[in-house]
Amino acid sequence: MTGSLLKNTILPLALFAALALVPAYADVFDDRFVLLFFTRILVFAIVAISLDFILGLGAMVSFGHAAYIGFGAYAVAILSEHDIWEAWISFPLAVAAGGLFALITGAISLKTRGVYFIMITLAFGQMAYFTATSLSAYGGDDGLTMWGRSELFGTGLFTGDASFYYLVFGVLAAAYLLLRTFAASRFGRVLKGAKQSEPRLEAMGIDPYRYRLAAYVIAGMIASVAGALMANQSEFVSPAYMSWHRSGELIVMVILGGLGSLHGAILGTIAYMVLEEVLSGYSEHWRLVFGPLLILVVLYGRGGLMGLIPGQIGRQSRGEADQ
Amino acid sequence: MTCPILELKDLNKAYDALQVTRNLSLKVLPGEIHAVIGPNGAGKTTLIGQISGATPSDSGQVLFGGTNVTGWSVAERAKAGLGRTFQITAILPEFTVLENVALGVQAHEGHSFRFFRNAARDQDLNEKAASILTEVGLADRASLRAGNLSHGEKRMLELALALAGEPKLLVLDEPMAGTGPEETARLIEILLAVKQRCPMLLVEHDMDAVFKLADRISVLVYGEIIASGAPDEIRADPKVREAYLGEEELA
Repeated sequence: MTGSLLKNTILPLALFAALALVPAYADVFDDRFVLLFFTRILVFAIVAISLDFILGLGAMVSFGHAAYIGFGAYAVAILSEHDIWEAWISFPLAVAAGGLFALITGAISLKTRGVYFIMITLAFGQMAYFTATSLSAYGGDDGLTMWGRSELFGTGLFTGDASFYYLVFGVLAAAYLLLRTFAASRFGRVLKGAKQSEPRLEAMGIDPYRYRLAAYVIAGMIASVAGALMANQSEFVSPAYMSWHRSGELIVMVILGGLGSLHGAILGTIAYMVLEEVLSGYSEHWRLVFGPLLILVVLYGRGGLMGLIPGQIGRQSRGEADQ
Repeated sequence: MTCPILELKDLNKAYDALQVTRNLSLKVLPGEIHAVIGPNGAGKTTLIGQISGATPSDSGQVLFGGTNVTGWSVAERAKAGLGRTFQITAILPEFTVLENVALGVQAHEGHSFRFFRNAARDQDLNEKAASILTEVGLADRASLRAGNLSHGEKRMLELALALAGEPKLLVLDEPMAGTGPEETARLIEILLAVKQRCPMLLVEHDMDAVFKLADRISVLVYGEIIASGAPDEIRADPKVREAYLGEEELA
Protein backbone atom coordinates (compact mmCIF):
# COMPACT_ATOMS: atom_id res chain seq x y z
CA MET A 1 0.00 0.00 0.00
CA THR A 2 2.92 2.37 0.65
CA GLY A 3 3.87 2.12 -3.00
CA SER A 4 0.45 3.17 -4.18
CA LEU A 5 0.37 6.01 -1.64
CA LEU A 6 3.64 7.31 -3.05
CA LYS A 7 2.46 6.88 -6.61
CA ASN A 8 -1.11 8.03 -6.43
CA THR A 9 -1.05 10.70 -3.73
CA ILE A 10 2.41 12.01 -2.86
CA LEU A 11 3.71 12.11 -6.42
CA PRO A 12 0.82 14.11 -7.92
CA LEU A 13 0.82 16.47 -4.92
CA ALA A 14 4.55 17.09 -5.31
CA LEU A 15 4.13 17.51 -9.04
CA PHE A 16 1.40 20.13 -8.72
CA ALA A 17 3.26 21.88 -5.90
CA ALA A 18 6.35 22.15 -8.08
CA LEU A 19 4.32 23.44 -11.02
CA ALA A 20 2.65 26.02 -8.78
CA LEU A 21 6.08 27.44 -7.97
CA VAL A 22 7.15 28.01 -11.57
CA PRO A 23 6.01 31.68 -11.68
CA ALA A 24 7.85 32.35 -8.40
CA TYR A 25 10.99 30.78 -9.85
CA ALA A 26 10.64 32.80 -13.03
CA ASP A 27 10.20 35.95 -10.96
CA VAL A 28 13.21 35.37 -8.72
CA PHE A 29 15.55 34.39 -11.55
CA ASP A 30 13.97 36.83 -13.97
CA ASP A 31 13.44 33.98 -16.41
CA ARG A 32 10.42 34.79 -18.56
CA PHE A 33 11.25 32.00 -20.99
CA VAL A 34 10.71 29.29 -18.36
CA LEU A 35 7.31 30.73 -17.49
CA LEU A 36 6.15 30.86 -21.10
CA PHE A 37 7.61 27.45 -21.82
CA PHE A 38 5.83 25.86 -18.88
CA THR A 39 2.57 27.55 -19.81
CA ARG A 40 2.83 25.75 -23.11
CA ILE A 41 3.74 22.47 -21.42
CA LEU A 42 0.73 22.67 -19.10
CA VAL A 43 -1.62 23.33 -22.01
CA PHE A 44 -0.34 20.15 -23.66
CA ALA A 45 -0.58 18.33 -20.33
CA ILE A 46 -4.33 19.05 -20.29
CA VAL A 47 -4.65 17.40 -23.70
CA ALA A 48 -2.44 14.52 -22.58
CA ILE A 49 -4.51 13.68 -19.48
CA SER A 50 -7.69 13.78 -21.56
CA LEU A 51 -6.07 11.32 -23.97
CA ASP A 52 -4.88 9.15 -21.08
CA PHE A 53 -8.46 9.01 -19.85
CA ILE A 54 -9.57 7.18 -23.00
CA LEU A 55 -6.27 5.53 -23.95
CA GLY A 56 -4.97 4.49 -20.54
CA LEU A 57 -8.25 3.64 -18.84
CA GLY A 58 -10.34 2.58 -21.80
CA ALA A 59 -7.72 1.29 -24.28
CA MET A 60 -9.09 3.56 -27.00
CA VAL A 61 -6.03 4.47 -29.07
CA SER A 62 -7.24 7.68 -30.66
CA PHE A 63 -4.89 8.86 -33.38
CA GLY A 64 -6.90 12.01 -33.99
CA HIS A 65 -6.89 13.65 -30.60
CA ALA A 66 -5.12 16.78 -31.85
CA ALA A 67 -8.29 17.65 -33.78
CA TYR A 68 -9.87 18.78 -30.52
CA ILE A 69 -7.03 21.21 -29.90
CA GLY A 70 -7.97 22.65 -33.27
CA PHE A 71 -11.66 22.90 -32.45
CA GLY A 72 -10.92 24.81 -29.26
CA ALA A 73 -8.28 27.02 -30.83
CA TYR A 74 -10.29 27.89 -33.93
CA ALA A 75 -13.41 28.66 -31.87
CA VAL A 76 -11.49 31.31 -29.96
CA ALA A 77 -9.62 32.66 -32.98
CA ILE A 78 -12.61 32.82 -35.30
CA LEU A 79 -14.67 34.64 -32.69
CA SER A 80 -11.80 37.07 -32.19
CA GLU A 81 -11.89 37.75 -35.95
CA HIS A 82 -15.47 38.89 -35.36
CA ASP A 83 -14.32 40.96 -32.43
CA ILE A 84 -15.78 38.69 -29.78
CA TRP A 85 -13.19 38.40 -27.03
CA GLU A 86 -15.25 37.27 -24.07
CA ALA A 87 -14.04 33.92 -22.75
CA TRP A 88 -17.47 33.12 -21.35
CA ILE A 89 -18.69 32.99 -24.94
CA SER A 90 -15.72 31.46 -26.71
CA PHE A 91 -14.78 28.76 -24.19
CA PRO A 92 -18.25 27.17 -23.90
CA LEU A 93 -18.50 27.33 -27.67
CA ALA A 94 -15.10 25.64 -28.00
CA VAL A 95 -16.21 22.88 -25.64
CA ALA A 96 -19.54 22.45 -27.45
CA ALA A 97 -17.87 22.23 -30.86
CA GLY A 98 -15.28 19.72 -29.68
CA GLY A 99 -17.93 17.73 -27.82
CA LEU A 100 -20.19 17.55 -30.84
CA PHE A 101 -17.35 16.44 -33.11
CA ALA A 102 -16.39 13.79 -30.54
CA LEU A 103 -19.98 12.60 -30.28
CA ILE A 104 -20.42 12.17 -34.02
CA THR A 105 -17.00 10.73 -34.84
CA GLY A 106 -16.90 8.67 -31.65
CA ALA A 107 -20.30 7.12 -32.35
CA ILE A 108 -18.90 5.83 -35.64
CA SER A 109 -15.31 5.07 -34.60
CA LEU A 110 -16.28 3.10 -31.50
CA LYS A 111 -18.07 0.57 -33.65
CA THR A 112 -14.60 -0.59 -34.64
CA ARG A 113 -11.74 -2.12 -32.67
CA GLY A 114 -7.98 -2.19 -32.57
CA VAL A 115 -6.13 -1.06 -35.66
CA TYR A 116 -9.39 -0.03 -37.34
CA PHE A 117 -10.16 2.32 -34.48
CA ILE A 118 -6.70 3.89 -34.80
CA MET A 119 -7.18 4.33 -38.54
CA ILE A 120 -10.68 5.74 -38.38
CA THR A 121 -9.79 8.27 -35.66
CA LEU A 122 -6.78 9.24 -37.78
CA ALA A 123 -9.10 9.71 -40.76
CA PHE A 124 -11.49 11.94 -38.80
CA GLY A 125 -8.53 13.89 -37.45
CA GLN A 126 -7.25 14.47 -40.98
CA MET A 127 -10.74 15.47 -42.04
CA ALA A 128 -10.72 18.20 -39.40
CA TYR A 129 -7.21 19.20 -40.48
CA PHE A 130 -8.10 19.59 -44.15
CA THR A 131 -11.29 21.41 -43.28
CA ALA A 132 -9.17 23.95 -41.40
CA THR A 133 -6.76 24.35 -44.34
CA SER A 134 -9.70 25.13 -46.58
CA LEU A 135 -11.09 27.85 -44.28
CA SER A 136 -9.79 30.59 -46.56
CA ALA A 137 -11.77 33.28 -44.76
CA TYR A 138 -9.81 32.38 -41.62
CA GLY A 139 -6.32 32.09 -43.01
CA GLY A 140 -6.55 28.65 -44.60
CA ASP A 141 -3.14 26.99 -44.70
CA ASP A 142 -1.39 30.03 -43.26
CA GLY A 143 -3.38 30.13 -40.07
CA LEU A 144 -4.97 33.01 -38.31
CA THR A 145 -3.33 35.59 -36.09
CA MET A 146 -5.26 36.88 -33.08
CA TRP A 147 -4.74 40.54 -32.29
CA GLY A 148 -4.99 40.00 -28.57
CA ARG A 149 -6.20 37.52 -26.01
CA SER A 150 -9.54 36.49 -24.56
CA GLU A 151 -11.08 38.63 -21.83
CA LEU A 152 -12.98 37.55 -18.79
CA PHE A 153 -15.19 40.34 -17.43
CA GLY A 154 -12.30 42.78 -17.85
CA THR A 155 -10.03 40.93 -15.41
CA GLY A 156 -7.04 40.67 -17.75
CA LEU A 157 -6.65 37.07 -16.60
CA PHE A 158 -5.41 36.03 -20.03
CA THR A 159 -2.96 38.84 -20.61
CA GLY A 160 -0.45 38.77 -17.74
CA ASP A 161 2.26 36.09 -18.06
CA ALA A 162 1.87 34.88 -14.51
CA SER A 163 -1.91 35.21 -14.35
CA PHE A 164 -2.27 33.26 -17.59
CA TYR A 165 0.07 30.60 -16.22
CA TYR A 166 -2.07 30.27 -13.12
CA LEU A 167 -5.19 30.09 -15.24
CA VAL A 168 -3.75 27.20 -17.26
CA PHE A 169 -2.47 25.60 -14.07
CA GLY A 170 -5.95 25.89 -12.55
CA VAL A 171 -7.61 24.34 -15.59
CA LEU A 172 -5.09 21.49 -15.54
CA ALA A 173 -5.66 20.87 -11.82
CA ALA A 174 -9.44 20.97 -12.25
CA ALA A 175 -9.36 18.64 -15.27
CA TYR A 176 -7.04 16.29 -13.40
CA LEU A 177 -9.27 16.14 -10.33
CA LEU A 178 -12.39 15.73 -12.43
CA LEU A 179 -10.96 12.89 -14.53
CA ARG A 180 -9.48 11.24 -11.47
CA THR A 181 -12.87 11.33 -9.79
CA PHE A 182 -14.50 9.88 -12.90
CA ALA A 183 -11.84 7.16 -13.07
CA ALA A 184 -12.62 6.07 -9.50
CA SER A 185 -16.38 6.17 -9.97
CA ARG A 186 -18.76 3.46 -11.14
CA PHE A 187 -18.37 4.91 -14.62
CA GLY A 188 -14.59 4.58 -14.46
CA ARG A 189 -14.88 1.03 -13.25
CA VAL A 190 -16.96 0.09 -16.27
CA LEU A 191 -14.40 1.76 -18.55
CA LYS A 192 -11.50 -0.13 -16.96
CA GLY A 193 -13.49 -3.37 -16.91
CA ALA A 194 -14.39 -3.14 -20.60
CA LYS A 195 -10.69 -2.93 -21.41
CA GLN A 196 -10.04 -6.23 -19.63
CA SER A 197 -12.90 -8.41 -20.86
CA GLU A 198 -15.70 -7.15 -23.04
CA PRO A 199 -17.60 -10.50 -23.10
CA ARG A 200 -17.63 -10.50 -19.32
CA LEU A 201 -19.12 -7.02 -19.14
CA GLU A 202 -21.79 -7.91 -21.65
CA ALA A 203 -22.59 -11.03 -19.64
CA MET A 204 -23.02 -8.73 -16.64
CA GLY A 205 -25.56 -6.75 -18.62
CA ILE A 206 -23.31 -3.80 -19.48
CA ASP A 207 -23.02 -2.61 -23.07
CA PRO A 208 -19.58 -0.94 -23.04
CA TYR A 209 -20.25 1.12 -26.16
CA ARG A 210 -22.25 3.88 -24.46
CA TYR A 211 -19.69 4.24 -21.70
CA ARG A 212 -16.81 4.40 -24.12
CA LEU A 213 -18.63 7.00 -26.16
CA ALA A 214 -19.29 9.12 -23.06
CA ALA A 215 -15.61 8.92 -22.12
CA TYR A 216 -14.61 9.81 -25.67
CA VAL A 217 -16.82 12.91 -25.60
CA ILE A 218 -15.54 13.97 -22.17
CA ALA A 219 -11.95 13.64 -23.41
CA GLY A 220 -12.75 15.62 -26.55
CA MET A 221 -14.33 18.45 -24.55
CA ILE A 222 -11.38 18.74 -22.18
CA ALA A 223 -8.91 18.75 -25.09
CA SER A 224 -10.98 21.54 -26.65
CA VAL A 225 -10.56 23.67 -23.53
CA ALA A 226 -6.82 23.16 -23.89
CA GLY A 227 -7.10 24.21 -27.53
CA ALA A 228 -8.87 27.41 -26.53
CA LEU A 229 -6.04 28.11 -24.08
CA MET A 230 -3.45 27.34 -26.73
CA ALA A 231 -4.89 29.92 -29.10
CA ASN A 232 -4.49 32.48 -26.34
CA GLN A 233 -1.02 31.30 -25.49
CA SER A 234 0.38 31.73 -28.99
CA GLU A 235 -2.15 34.33 -30.21
CA PHE A 236 -2.17 32.39 -33.42
CA VAL A 237 -3.90 29.31 -34.74
CA SER A 238 -3.16 27.15 -37.76
CA PRO A 239 -4.17 23.76 -39.17
CA ALA A 240 -0.83 22.40 -37.92
CA TYR A 241 -2.46 22.28 -34.46
CA MET A 242 -4.46 19.30 -35.60
CA SER A 243 -1.95 17.47 -37.74
CA TRP A 244 -1.51 13.76 -37.25
CA HIS A 245 2.07 14.39 -36.09
CA ARG A 246 0.59 16.22 -33.16
CA SER A 247 -1.78 13.36 -32.41
CA GLY A 248 1.15 10.98 -32.54
CA GLU A 249 3.21 13.16 -30.20
CA LEU A 250 0.34 13.15 -27.73
CA ILE A 251 0.22 9.35 -27.74
CA VAL A 252 3.99 9.26 -27.15
CA MET A 253 3.68 11.71 -24.24
CA VAL A 254 1.01 9.57 -22.60
CA ILE A 255 2.89 6.30 -23.10
CA LEU A 256 6.15 7.90 -22.02
CA GLY A 257 4.58 8.93 -18.74
CA GLY A 258 2.86 5.61 -18.14
CA LEU A 259 -0.71 4.72 -19.02
CA GLY A 260 -3.75 5.09 -16.86
CA SER A 261 -2.67 7.19 -13.88
CA LEU A 262 -3.41 10.65 -15.42
CA HIS A 263 -0.52 12.33 -13.55
CA GLY A 264 1.77 10.00 -15.49
CA ALA A 265 0.57 11.79 -18.61
CA ILE A 266 1.54 15.14 -17.06
CA LEU A 267 5.01 13.78 -16.27
CA GLY A 268 5.26 12.39 -19.79
CA THR A 269 4.34 15.75 -21.32
CA ILE A 270 6.92 17.60 -19.24
CA ALA A 271 9.62 15.02 -20.01
CA TYR A 272 8.84 15.01 -23.73
CA MET A 273 8.77 18.77 -24.17
CA VAL A 274 11.75 19.54 -21.93
CA LEU A 275 13.82 16.86 -23.63
CA GLU A 276 12.82 18.17 -27.03
CA GLU A 277 13.78 21.69 -26.00
CA VAL A 278 17.11 20.73 -24.46
CA LEU A 279 18.19 18.38 -27.25
CA SER A 280 17.22 20.76 -30.03
CA GLY A 281 19.44 23.32 -28.33
CA TYR A 282 22.48 21.08 -28.85
CA SER A 283 22.04 20.04 -32.41
CA GLU A 284 19.61 20.31 -35.25
CA HIS A 285 19.87 16.52 -35.53
CA TRP A 286 18.38 16.18 -32.05
CA ARG A 287 15.82 13.67 -33.25
CA LEU A 288 18.63 11.16 -33.74
CA VAL A 289 18.99 11.09 -29.97
CA PHE A 290 15.37 11.71 -29.08
CA GLY A 291 13.96 8.78 -31.06
CA PRO A 292 16.20 6.08 -29.58
CA LEU A 293 15.64 7.55 -26.10
CA LEU A 294 11.89 7.15 -26.47
CA ILE A 295 12.32 3.62 -27.73
CA LEU A 296 14.51 2.78 -24.72
CA VAL A 297 11.93 4.11 -22.27
CA VAL A 298 9.13 2.18 -23.93
CA LEU A 299 11.18 -1.03 -24.18
CA TYR A 300 12.83 -1.08 -20.78
CA GLY A 301 10.53 1.02 -18.68
CA ARG A 302 7.28 -0.85 -19.22
CA GLY A 303 4.75 1.39 -17.61
CA GLY A 304 6.68 4.47 -18.76
CA LEU A 305 8.14 6.96 -16.28
CA MET A 306 5.53 5.91 -13.72
CA GLY A 307 6.87 2.37 -14.03
CA LEU A 308 10.30 3.54 -12.86
CA ILE A 309 8.86 4.61 -9.53
CA PRO A 310 8.61 1.75 -7.04
CA GLY A 311 5.08 0.76 -6.20
CA GLN A 312 2.25 -1.31 -7.49
CA ILE A 313 2.21 -0.21 -11.10
CA GLY A 314 3.09 -3.83 -11.88
CA ARG A 315 -0.59 -4.42 -11.36
CA GLN A 316 -1.11 -3.42 -14.93
CA SER A 317 1.96 -4.59 -16.78
CA ARG A 318 2.12 -7.97 -15.07
CA GLY A 319 -1.60 -8.36 -15.58
CA GLU A 320 -1.12 -8.35 -19.30
CA ALA A 321 1.88 -10.63 -19.16
CA ASP A 322 0.14 -13.52 -17.45
CA GLN A 323 -2.93 -13.54 -19.62
CA MET B 1 -48.56 -26.00 -15.35
CA THR B 2 -45.47 -23.95 -14.50
CA CYS B 3 -44.12 -21.60 -17.07
CA PRO B 4 -40.57 -22.60 -18.08
CA ILE B 5 -37.91 -20.05 -17.24
CA LEU B 6 -36.15 -20.82 -20.52
CA GLU B 7 -37.73 -22.31 -23.59
CA LEU B 8 -35.96 -22.92 -26.87
CA LYS B 9 -38.21 -23.54 -29.86
CA ASP B 10 -36.86 -25.14 -33.04
CA LEU B 11 -33.51 -23.39 -32.96
CA ASN B 12 -31.35 -23.73 -36.03
CA LYS B 13 -27.85 -22.57 -36.75
CA ALA B 14 -25.58 -23.44 -39.63
CA TYR B 15 -22.06 -22.36 -40.49
CA ASP B 16 -22.13 -22.69 -44.26
CA ALA B 17 -22.89 -26.35 -44.97
CA LEU B 18 -22.34 -27.41 -41.37
CA GLN B 19 -25.60 -27.59 -39.44
CA VAL B 20 -24.55 -27.02 -35.81
CA THR B 21 -27.97 -26.72 -34.23
CA ARG B 22 -30.86 -28.67 -35.70
CA ASN B 23 -34.50 -27.99 -34.77
CA LEU B 24 -33.49 -27.83 -31.18
CA SER B 25 -36.20 -27.44 -28.54
CA LEU B 26 -35.57 -27.50 -24.84
CA LYS B 27 -37.08 -26.23 -21.59
CA VAL B 28 -35.66 -25.31 -18.22
CA LEU B 29 -38.30 -25.30 -15.49
CA PRO B 30 -38.13 -23.23 -12.30
CA GLY B 31 -36.20 -24.96 -9.55
CA GLU B 32 -34.41 -27.48 -11.73
CA ILE B 33 -30.98 -28.09 -13.09
CA HIS B 34 -31.19 -29.14 -16.69
CA ALA B 35 -27.94 -30.59 -17.97
CA VAL B 36 -26.95 -30.74 -21.61
CA ILE B 37 -24.33 -33.33 -22.40
CA GLY B 38 -22.87 -34.48 -25.65
CA PRO B 39 -19.61 -35.48 -27.28
CA ASN B 40 -17.12 -32.89 -28.51
CA GLY B 41 -18.41 -31.08 -31.54
CA ALA B 42 -22.03 -31.74 -30.63
CA GLY B 43 -22.79 -28.02 -30.76
CA LYS B 44 -22.88 -27.22 -27.04
CA THR B 45 -20.87 -24.03 -27.30
CA THR B 46 -22.96 -22.79 -30.20
CA LEU B 47 -26.10 -23.57 -28.23
CA ILE B 48 -24.86 -21.51 -25.28
CA GLY B 49 -24.07 -18.69 -27.69
CA GLN B 50 -27.61 -18.83 -29.03
CA ILE B 51 -29.07 -18.77 -25.52
CA SER B 52 -26.83 -15.93 -24.28
CA GLY B 53 -27.26 -13.91 -27.45
CA ALA B 54 -23.66 -13.96 -28.67
CA THR B 55 -24.53 -16.22 -31.61
CA PRO B 56 -27.58 -15.24 -33.69
CA SER B 57 -29.87 -18.12 -34.60
CA ASP B 58 -30.89 -18.79 -38.21
CA SER B 59 -34.42 -19.62 -37.13
CA GLY B 60 -36.39 -20.51 -34.03
CA GLN B 61 -37.12 -18.70 -30.81
CA VAL B 62 -35.56 -18.18 -27.42
CA LEU B 63 -38.15 -17.46 -24.72
CA PHE B 64 -36.83 -16.27 -21.40
CA GLY B 65 -39.36 -16.10 -18.56
CA GLY B 66 -42.08 -16.20 -21.21
CA THR B 67 -40.65 -13.24 -23.15
CA ASN B 68 -39.34 -13.67 -26.65
CA VAL B 69 -35.72 -12.52 -26.43
CA THR B 70 -34.56 -13.94 -29.77
CA GLY B 71 -33.55 -10.53 -31.10
CA TRP B 72 -32.00 -9.25 -27.89
CA SER B 73 -28.31 -8.52 -27.40
CA VAL B 74 -26.13 -10.28 -24.84
CA ALA B 75 -26.26 -7.30 -22.49
CA GLU B 76 -30.05 -6.98 -22.76
CA ARG B 77 -30.56 -10.66 -21.95
CA ALA B 78 -28.12 -10.43 -19.06
CA LYS B 79 -29.94 -7.41 -17.70
CA ALA B 80 -33.19 -9.36 -17.86
CA GLY B 81 -31.65 -11.96 -15.53
CA LEU B 82 -29.78 -14.41 -17.73
CA GLY B 83 -26.48 -15.07 -15.97
CA ARG B 84 -23.69 -17.13 -17.43
CA THR B 85 -20.24 -18.49 -16.84
CA PHE B 86 -17.67 -19.01 -19.55
CA GLN B 87 -15.88 -22.20 -20.43
CA ILE B 88 -12.69 -20.19 -20.84
CA THR B 89 -12.46 -18.06 -17.72
CA ALA B 90 -13.51 -14.47 -18.38
CA ILE B 91 -12.65 -12.50 -15.30
CA LEU B 92 -11.17 -9.02 -15.01
CA PRO B 93 -7.53 -9.86 -14.22
CA GLU B 94 -6.35 -6.36 -13.25
CA PHE B 95 -9.11 -5.82 -10.71
CA THR B 96 -9.05 -7.30 -7.24
CA VAL B 97 -11.37 -10.23 -6.61
CA LEU B 98 -13.69 -7.93 -4.67
CA GLU B 99 -13.71 -5.30 -7.44
CA ASN B 100 -14.63 -7.99 -9.96
CA VAL B 101 -17.74 -8.99 -8.06
CA ALA B 102 -18.56 -5.41 -7.06
CA LEU B 103 -18.72 -4.51 -10.76
CA GLY B 104 -21.19 -7.34 -11.23
CA VAL B 105 -23.31 -6.03 -8.36
CA GLN B 106 -23.05 -2.52 -9.78
CA ALA B 107 -24.20 -3.71 -13.21
CA HIS B 108 -27.22 -5.32 -11.62
CA GLU B 109 -28.16 -2.11 -9.80
CA GLY B 110 -28.80 -0.21 -13.01
CA HIS B 111 -26.83 2.05 -15.29
CA SER B 112 -23.33 3.11 -14.39
CA PHE B 113 -23.45 6.71 -15.55
CA ARG B 114 -22.43 7.72 -12.05
CA PHE B 115 -19.37 9.85 -12.20
CA PHE B 116 -18.67 11.31 -8.80
CA ARG B 117 -18.95 8.81 -5.97
CA ASN B 118 -15.94 6.63 -5.38
CA ALA B 119 -16.90 3.08 -6.30
CA ALA B 120 -14.20 1.44 -4.21
CA ARG B 121 -15.56 3.09 -1.06
CA ASP B 122 -19.17 2.21 -1.83
CA GLN B 123 -20.07 0.12 1.24
CA ASP B 124 -23.25 -1.19 -0.32
CA LEU B 125 -21.43 -2.59 -3.35
CA ASN B 126 -18.59 -4.00 -1.28
CA GLU B 127 -20.84 -5.70 1.27
CA LYS B 128 -22.95 -7.40 -1.37
CA ALA B 129 -19.81 -8.47 -3.23
CA ALA B 130 -18.24 -9.77 -0.03
CA SER B 131 -21.27 -11.90 0.81
CA ILE B 132 -21.16 -13.53 -2.64
CA LEU B 133 -17.45 -14.21 -2.19
CA THR B 134 -18.23 -15.88 1.13
CA GLU B 135 -20.79 -18.06 -0.62
CA VAL B 136 -18.25 -19.35 -3.14
CA GLY B 137 -15.47 -19.58 -0.56
CA LEU B 138 -13.26 -16.78 -1.86
CA ALA B 139 -13.72 -14.37 1.05
CA ASP B 140 -10.06 -14.60 2.07
CA ARG B 141 -8.97 -13.78 -1.49
CA ALA B 142 -11.02 -10.57 -1.73
CA SER B 143 -8.11 -8.12 -1.92
CA LEU B 144 -5.98 -10.24 -4.24
CA ARG B 145 -5.52 -9.33 -7.90
CA ALA B 146 -7.90 -11.62 -9.78
CA GLY B 147 -5.24 -12.48 -12.35
CA ASN B 148 -3.12 -13.99 -9.56
CA LEU B 149 -5.74 -16.53 -8.45
CA SER B 150 -5.20 -20.24 -9.05
CA HIS B 151 -7.19 -21.83 -11.87
CA GLY B 152 -9.69 -23.39 -9.49
CA GLU B 153 -10.18 -20.08 -7.71
CA LYS B 154 -10.74 -18.35 -11.03
CA ARG B 155 -13.50 -20.85 -11.78
CA MET B 156 -15.13 -19.95 -8.46
CA LEU B 157 -14.81 -16.25 -9.23
CA GLU B 158 -16.39 -16.92 -12.60
CA LEU B 159 -19.40 -18.33 -10.76
CA ALA B 160 -19.40 -15.44 -8.28
CA LEU B 161 -19.52 -12.96 -11.16
CA ALA B 162 -22.59 -14.68 -12.55
CA LEU B 163 -24.25 -14.75 -9.12
CA ALA B 164 -23.59 -11.03 -8.61
CA GLY B 165 -26.31 -10.28 -11.14
CA GLU B 166 -28.90 -12.15 -9.04
CA PRO B 167 -29.80 -14.17 -12.14
CA LYS B 168 -33.18 -15.77 -12.79
CA LEU B 169 -31.37 -18.46 -14.78
CA LEU B 170 -27.74 -19.52 -14.73
CA VAL B 171 -26.18 -20.91 -17.88
CA LEU B 172 -23.03 -22.75 -16.88
CA ASP B 173 -20.55 -23.59 -19.61
CA GLU B 174 -18.41 -26.43 -18.26
CA PRO B 175 -17.91 -24.99 -14.79
CA MET B 176 -15.78 -27.99 -13.75
CA ALA B 177 -13.35 -27.65 -16.67
CA GLY B 178 -9.82 -28.04 -15.35
CA THR B 179 -10.70 -28.14 -11.65
CA GLY B 180 -9.31 -30.75 -9.28
CA PRO B 181 -11.48 -33.35 -7.49
CA GLU B 182 -11.72 -31.34 -4.26
CA GLU B 183 -12.71 -28.17 -6.09
CA THR B 184 -15.23 -30.11 -8.15
CA ALA B 185 -16.82 -31.46 -4.98
CA ARG B 186 -16.99 -27.96 -3.52
CA LEU B 187 -18.44 -26.56 -6.71
CA ILE B 188 -21.15 -29.24 -6.71
CA GLU B 189 -22.01 -28.32 -3.13
CA ILE B 190 -22.21 -24.63 -4.00
CA LEU B 191 -24.33 -25.26 -7.08
CA LEU B 192 -26.77 -27.37 -5.09
CA ALA B 193 -27.13 -24.47 -2.65
CA VAL B 194 -27.59 -21.94 -5.46
CA LYS B 195 -30.21 -24.22 -7.03
CA GLN B 196 -32.54 -23.33 -4.17
CA ARG B 197 -32.96 -19.86 -5.64
CA CYS B 198 -31.95 -20.15 -9.27
CA PRO B 199 -32.58 -22.75 -11.99
CA MET B 200 -29.66 -23.70 -14.21
CA LEU B 201 -28.77 -24.94 -17.62
CA LEU B 202 -25.58 -26.92 -17.15
CA VAL B 203 -23.27 -27.92 -19.96
CA GLU B 204 -20.65 -30.24 -18.51
CA HIS B 205 -18.28 -33.05 -19.42
CA ASP B 206 -17.81 -34.40 -15.91
CA MET B 207 -20.45 -37.16 -15.82
CA ASP B 208 -20.22 -37.68 -12.07
CA ALA B 209 -21.03 -34.02 -11.54
CA VAL B 210 -23.85 -34.10 -14.07
CA PHE B 211 -25.53 -37.10 -12.47
CA LYS B 212 -25.16 -35.58 -9.01
CA LEU B 213 -26.61 -32.23 -10.01
CA ALA B 214 -29.08 -32.65 -12.83
CA ASP B 215 -32.82 -33.12 -12.49
CA ARG B 216 -33.08 -33.60 -16.21
CA ILE B 217 -30.53 -34.36 -18.87
CA SER B 218 -30.68 -33.72 -22.58
CA VAL B 219 -28.20 -35.42 -24.86
CA LEU B 220 -26.96 -33.38 -27.79
CA VAL B 221 -25.38 -35.13 -30.77
CA TYR B 222 -24.63 -33.33 -34.03
CA GLY B 223 -26.79 -30.40 -33.05
CA GLU B 224 -29.80 -32.53 -32.28
CA ILE B 225 -31.25 -33.59 -28.98
CA ILE B 226 -31.45 -37.37 -29.23
CA ALA B 227 -32.79 -37.98 -25.74
CA SER B 228 -34.13 -35.96 -22.85
CA GLY B 229 -35.28 -37.16 -19.45
CA ALA B 230 -34.43 -37.93 -15.84
CA PRO B 231 -30.86 -39.07 -15.17
CA ASP B 232 -31.90 -42.71 -14.72
CA GLU B 233 -33.74 -42.77 -18.02
CA ILE B 234 -30.74 -41.27 -19.78
CA ARG B 235 -28.42 -43.79 -18.18
CA ALA B 236 -30.62 -46.61 -19.48
CA ASP B 237 -31.26 -45.21 -22.95
CA PRO B 238 -29.53 -47.45 -25.52
CA LYS B 239 -29.29 -44.61 -28.06
CA VAL B 240 -27.36 -42.53 -25.56
CA ARG B 241 -25.06 -45.39 -24.63
CA GLU B 242 -24.24 -45.86 -28.26
CA ALA B 243 -23.75 -42.21 -29.07
CA TYR B 244 -21.99 -40.92 -26.09
CA LEU B 245 -21.63 -42.62 -22.77
CA GLY B 246 -18.81 -45.11 -22.47
CA GLU B 247 -19.89 -48.42 -20.98
CA GLU B 248 -17.29 -48.13 -18.24
CA GLU B 249 -18.66 -44.80 -17.10
CA LEU B 250 -22.02 -46.39 -16.42
CA ALA B 251 -20.65 -49.32 -14.51
